[in-house]
Amino acid sequence: MIANFGLAALWFAAALAILQMVAAGLSIRRDNPVLAGLVRPAAIVQGLLAAAAFGALIALFWRTDLSVKLVAMNSHSAKPLLYKIAGTWGNHEGSMLLWVTIMGLAGAFVALVERRLTERAMLATLGAQAFVSIGFYAFLLVASNPFERLNPAPPEGLGLNPLLQDPGLAFHPPTLYFGYVGLSIAFSFAVGALITREVSPLFARTMRPWVLGAWIFLTLGITAGSYWAYYELGWGGWWFWDPVENASLMPWLAATALLHSVSVLASRNALRAWTVMLGVVAFSMSMIGTFLVRSGILTSVHAFAVDPTRGTFILVLLAIYIGGALLLFALRAATVTEGQRFTVTSREGALVCNNVMLTATLGIVLIGTLYPLLAEAMGNKVSVGPPYFNPMSAMFVLPMLVVMGVGPLLRWRRDKLVRIGRRLIAPAFFSAGGMIFMLVKGASALPALGMMVAAGLLVASLMPLSGRRLRMVTLPLWGMVLAHFGVAVALFGMAADSAFTKERLIAARIGQTTDVGPWKVELQTIMPVAGPNWTALEGALAATYQGDHTVILRTQSRSFWAPFQQTNESALHTRWNGQLYVVLGDQVEGGRWQLRLWWKPFVTLIWLGGVLIALGGLLALTGRVASDLRRLVAVNMIAYRRKRQGR
Amino acid sequence: MSDTSVPLVKTSGLTLWLPLALFSGFVALVLVGLLRPASREVQSAMIGKPLPAFSLKPAIPDIPGLAHTNFVGGKPRLLNIFASWCVPCAAEAPQLEALRRSGIEIDGVAIRDTQADLRLFFARNGNPYSRIGADNVSAVQFAIGSSGVPESFIVDGRGIIRYQHIGDIRPEQVEIILARLKEAEH
Amino acid sequence: MIRLLFAATLLLVAVPTTAQDKLPPAPYAYRQLDDPQQEDSAKALMDTLRCLQCQGQAISDSDAPIAGDMRNQVRLRIAQGESPEAIRAWLVERYGSYVSYKPHIGLQTWPLFVAPAAFVALAALVLRKRFGKGDSA
Repeated sequence: MIANFGLAALWFAAALAILQMVAAGLSIRRDNPVLAGLVRPAAIVQGLLAAAAFGALIALFWRTDLSVKLVAMNSHSAKPLLYKIAGTWGNHEGSMLLWVTIMGLAGAFVALVERRLTERAMLATLGAQAFVSIGFYAFLLVASNPFERLNPAPPEGLGLNPLLQDPGLAFHPPTLYFGYVGLSIAFSFAVGALITREVSPLFARTMRPWVLGAWIFLTLGITAGSYWAYYELGWGGWWFWDPVENASLMPWLAATALLHSVSVLASRNALRAWTVMLGVVAFSMSMIGTFLVRSGILTSVHAFAVDPTRGTFILVLLAIYIGGALLLFALRAATVTEGQRFTVTSREGALVCNNVMLTATLGIVLIGTLYPLLAEAMGNKVSVGPPYFNPMSAMFVLPMLVVMGVGPLLRWRRDKLVRIGRRLIAPAFFSAGGMIFMLVKGASALPALGMMVAAGLLVASLMPLSGRRLRMVTLPLWGMVLAHFGVAVALFGMAADSAFTKERLIAARIGQTTDVGPWKVELQTIMPVAGPNWTALEGALAATYQGDHTVILRTQSRSFWAPFQQTNESALHTRWNGQLYVVLGDQVEGGRWQLRLWWKPFVTLIWLGGVLIALGGLLALTGRVASDLRRLVAVNMIAYRRKRQGR
Repeated sequence: MSDTSVPLVKTSGLTLWLPLALFSGFVALVLVGLLRPASREVQSAMIGKPLPAFSLKPAIPDIPGLAHTNFVGGKPRLLNIFASWCVPCAAEAPQLEALRRSGIEIDGVAIRDTQADLRLFFARNGNPYSRIGADNVSAVQFAIGSSGVPESFIVDGRGIIRYQHIGDIRPEQVEIILARLKEAEH
Repeated sequence: MIRLLFAATLLLVAVPTTAQDKLPPAPYAYRQLDDPQQEDSAKALMDTLRCLQCQGQAISDSDAPIAGDMRNQVRLRIAQGESPEAIRAWLVERYGSYVSYKPHIGLQTWPLFVAPAAFVALAALVLRKRFGKGDSA
């Protein structure tokens, strides 16, 4: 019953998307108020129907309706309720339904509130959004129907991968999806602008909050995913340059570049074609990333539903959407002039530098991810990992971050470094201090350079506030300062973690004490414990920091039974200056237990930085929306007064 | 991913087409990858090279252990990497038995195994091996470039590795192995 | 269909329980070298070697038995005074460059290193025209 409802809602939503696209297309070519009037309502109802279908699937997982194949394959009646619900998007079909739901809702939201652009540009944008949606509806209905039934229903489901049964992971994918799919709005705005040839500061101001919103979600999603990998995989690593991680990083890099070029376009009417290009690229990266993950074409620890038919289907969608948008770009962009000029030492100059560096980094991540595939096509097997990605990306990111420290202090159009020289003394001083500290400690080149840049940036990022009355500082400026400060904080964490982590692997007896960094850790007891769908051995460890107070950490080696799998649950103790990370392994000869211990100085700053970056985005978004609303109210007031006077 | 038109400067049309060209390259590459799915197998790069020096203790007391010096007797031999805990290894046992009966000398390297388990395994599946070396830390496996169990290597009479078969030997593959063994005689 | 489902269940249950060997991990799979300097260079090397059976993990991040045996190999060889790059070369000689996450610059891999440089050159070329005098607008 619920399944039938969900499937019907999905079909209706797809039909409305077609209507939306056709009506928009026809009324752009020839003015047709009746057809044009259909577009916004169609977008809104389409979004609601997609959401209803997704709601139906959640209900099916909640009730563990095993007559639905997807539920039977991915859920189990003995699973905690949170993971039953999270199981909705913990699989291929469910996550694609989440994808179209977000896409539909985002389109509906745009249709509902966006009134700034000309009606023609809006029609083109909503038409493009519907065009993209149609492909994904087709993909769901034809190749990955989430509501497929089983007859007869099996007595029990297969369960969810235990690694995914974790509160962090329950919310990480939806967050990331809001980011991925939110970028589709930017894509549609860009395509709409190319169709109508309306690329203006107004276009940039309209697009900016949508890009910001998607970017905030992407930032949070990547941060959460990294933290999840850190504590769940049990080896203390937080970034592996795995294809799936790269797939989330690439749209983020493109969106970050877009965010900055959009503000050049909004305030200075420059970088017009380039901004449109980035709008296309950002969502293209989301789609390419999803494709690479879903087709099973790249080897990854996260290997999702590996299925060549689905891979081919998504590839066709990619070719149509990305290829189409790029073709449109090639044909139309020549008529979009690039706009105002500026010197190298100007705010725009710094932002262009940021854009080039970010795109180069994106290029490195993309080629590094794809290269094994290219080599395979030529008959070689090659692996590309951290020894490539780390130095190559640092080569672009670190200089970019130096520019990031200086850029916000520069004036638009033209400026001289001499003018801001005095405000750079303190950051330079801190940079030198950071470098000397790392050299004294004997850190290797990359962490040392990272720390040097981070130390300088911690101060430089606050400099735009100097000499201003803090109460007069606008929200977007606060947002920029906070986000840039967050980058410095995260980089500080990365450099400290990679330079100063202490690792200790031992086979310990009960009662044995061992050192790791400033900690003394004693293995106290090993006890069996039981959870809702697992049993575990729990090790209790007493950890003492520099002879100070003692904390107890409990780490588990869990055995899940549906499906059968063993996981090691790490235990963490966080201090202001770092984290103690302990993992219980297997029992070995002589009644000893494998223990893995790490002391990771300042590692938490990595994710704190990520959260600060997202918060900065949120401040900027709030400021932009508030000022847009104020402008809207003012415009309406004027119109209202005129109307009254005219009477 | 390149930038484009410039005011007052004639737009170079080629740059505008560059993103599309790059994307087409990506699609072509990925299409090749989709049509010819990459094998998950890791081929040994030791084919054509001499067997590295090693000497393994017997895995069970009544059958002799294995060393590289056992492979220079003038006749090709089959070196089988296996383990009692590996399911496909049990599945390939009848094929190894068939090879033994056609006069092939098969030597085993038991990966991370115990005597008790091996005895149980042979009681169930038969024992085709002339010699079995115990490789408890996978050292010989690494030395010859093997990445899993079961794998079979053909070593010719002068101790040169000539052929690698990854995975269990299926009934229809016995002929291929025999042909390769014949080739290795020269 | 339903039978297939059950077969899949059985497989999921059967594989991990039987495909697990009973031997304890190799001596240096989960044990560090006593000399911290040697351990540091072993760790740095292990971070860049690919586990042969796990999908895309370094041997220093994996609980697979074969990864443990590889760590054992690496630590033993480091302890005997072999240089990390010699150990890498030894493995590459056996498994090809697949086993190493560190692509060496060579005939097969030059585009990896040329592409970023080419990109920056291209960007500089295009941007050269963009920067005018600030007041020409």
